[in-house]
Amino acid sequence: MMGDFHKYADHLAVIDDSERQVTYAELEGFTQTLARHIPRRCLVFCLCQNTLGSLIGYTTFLKNRIVALMLDAHLDKTLLAQLRERYRPDYVWIPGSLKEKVKGSEVFSDWGYSLIKTPDHHVYPLFEDLALLLTTSGSTGSPKFVRQSYKNIESNTASIVNYLHLTESERPVTTLPMNYTFGLSVINTHLAVGATLLLTDKTVIQRDFWDFMNKHGATSFSGVPYTYEMLNKLLFFRRKLPTLRTMTQAGGKLLPELHRKFAEYARQSGKNFVVMYGSAEATARMGYLSPEISLEKWGCMGKAIPGGRFSLVDGEGKIITEPGVVGELFYEGDNVTLGYALCGEDLVKGDENHGCLATGDMAKVDEDGIYTIVGRKKRFLKIFGNRVGLDETERLIKTNFPDMECACAGKDDEMRVYVTEKEKCVPIRTFLVQKTGLNPVAFRVTCVESLPKNEAGKILYKKLEEMYA
Amino acid sequence: MTNEEKYIHAFTTTFEVGEEEAKTLQFQGIPAWDSVGHVSLIAALEEAFDIVLDPDDILDLSSFEKGREILAKYNITV
Repeated sequence: MMGDFHKYADHLAVIDDSERQVTYAELEGFTQTLARHIPRRCLVFCLCQNTLGSLIGYTTFLKNRIVALMLDAHLDKTLLAQLRERYRPDYVWIPGSLKEKVKGSEVFSDWGYSLIKTPDHHVYPLFEDLALLLTTSGSTGSPKFVRQSYKNIESNTASIVNYLHLTESERPVTTLPMNYTFGLSVINTHLAVGATLLLTDKTVIQRDFWDFMNKHGATSFSGVPYTYEMLNKLLFFRRKLPTLRTMTQAGGKLLPELHRKFAEYARQSGKNFVVMYGSAEATARMGYLSPEISLEKWGCMGKAIPGGRFSLVDGEGKIITEPGVVGELFYEGDNVTLGYALCGEDLVKGDENHGCLATGDMAKVDEDGIYTIVGRKKRFLKIFGNRVGLDETERLIKTNFPDMECACAGKDDEMRVYVTEKEKCVPIRTFLVQKTGLNPVAFRVTCVESLPKNEAGKILYKKLEEMYA
Repeated sequence: MTNEEKYIHAFTTTFEVGEEEAKTLQFQGIPAWDSVGHVSLIAALEEAFDIVLDPDDILDLSSFEKGREILAKYNITV
């Protein structure tokens, strides 16, 4: 799955932004070194950044059947402590500069990272095929994780390699966090084919990013809708990027106009623009739109990945067969994950999804078999590529700010929170920023006199949005 | 508002910090000034001074101080 690193022994696996270069043979050696310090299968918290140390940790854990719970290295200290309390990992793999965040004894350090042994030993049993735990929402401190199996990762990696035609000549530059499902899939798929990862935490709005990318001849980058909005603002189309072949997009629906603009740019400059669809619940990817038809089908999501299958289901649970009719999108495939974990006791659970996932998205299909996402059945937003549940957020606020009414709504990249107590607006926003780790611009908290409700007492979200949006 | 006040205001409102802190800020120096925050800051500056910043200037605007130099190119003294 993580491929046989020996097969590509003399290939470069990594170039990082401090110019360090590591071959597959060296990477293999590093993983063996680290693995010697973890005697048997157990749970490890892997605090991620786009650096060599983080990558060595992740690959070591996956190759040695050590279950990694993937987190952002900059996760708030309190949230990290809460997660530790809830999952009781045996070890924490953390950047050396941040090791004061966790209590325990350092048993090993190298590549800028430290392995911290916690006082816990195998507190919770682990299901035999459990490989990885990923949040559904990138950087947030939510205790809810998706349980991914070895088979999930293997199957999704093979499928993505297949439809993107990845080879060892690729040089993807990292633009997304390693603990985020989309970012991790870039790493998995490229290591599987012996390609060279260009590792950096720099972002597209930094000059250093573009210098690094050009210097090492990046062939692809990936982005969520917000990334493409930034690129548009930066007049990306004017840049000369001769080595760039592919741009991939996932993590929410891109504005159709931007889809068209990037597809047009790709066609004119001989590059590929690949719009894709996925979620952590499906390991990473479920659908993609072939770059050859990206321009003709702008605004569309595409078709199922190799080995996967989409279907649409109407309100009565019947399969929709005719084109143009909207229904809930279901996906079937070996990459449908085992289920969720909310606490350590859940890590022993087996497969609860049985290969079928209700995506919560509403979609339709055209005569050519190409799907388009038209809305959502479940109440969630994608904020900077992260799935954030509106009902969950409401509950979170109500728990922490009792005796007050609250409703969460809004659109992607902008959650609207309506409350009935004016003086709570600022503290709630601060609270949400701290809890989710998302930039404050994602949240707008508005005070209203009362929330519109129906006779049964249910909040009328549409009416609320009409009144105040 | 003077240009200087407008300039500081763009930082204090975008990043929700006080004036003194605003003057010391650098890109990624605080959680709010990440890439998302950067785009908000650019929008706030463009609106405050009725300008459109060149992409190169957007990439270079990496601190409160650096922003002053960049605005000077648009004949705005802050």
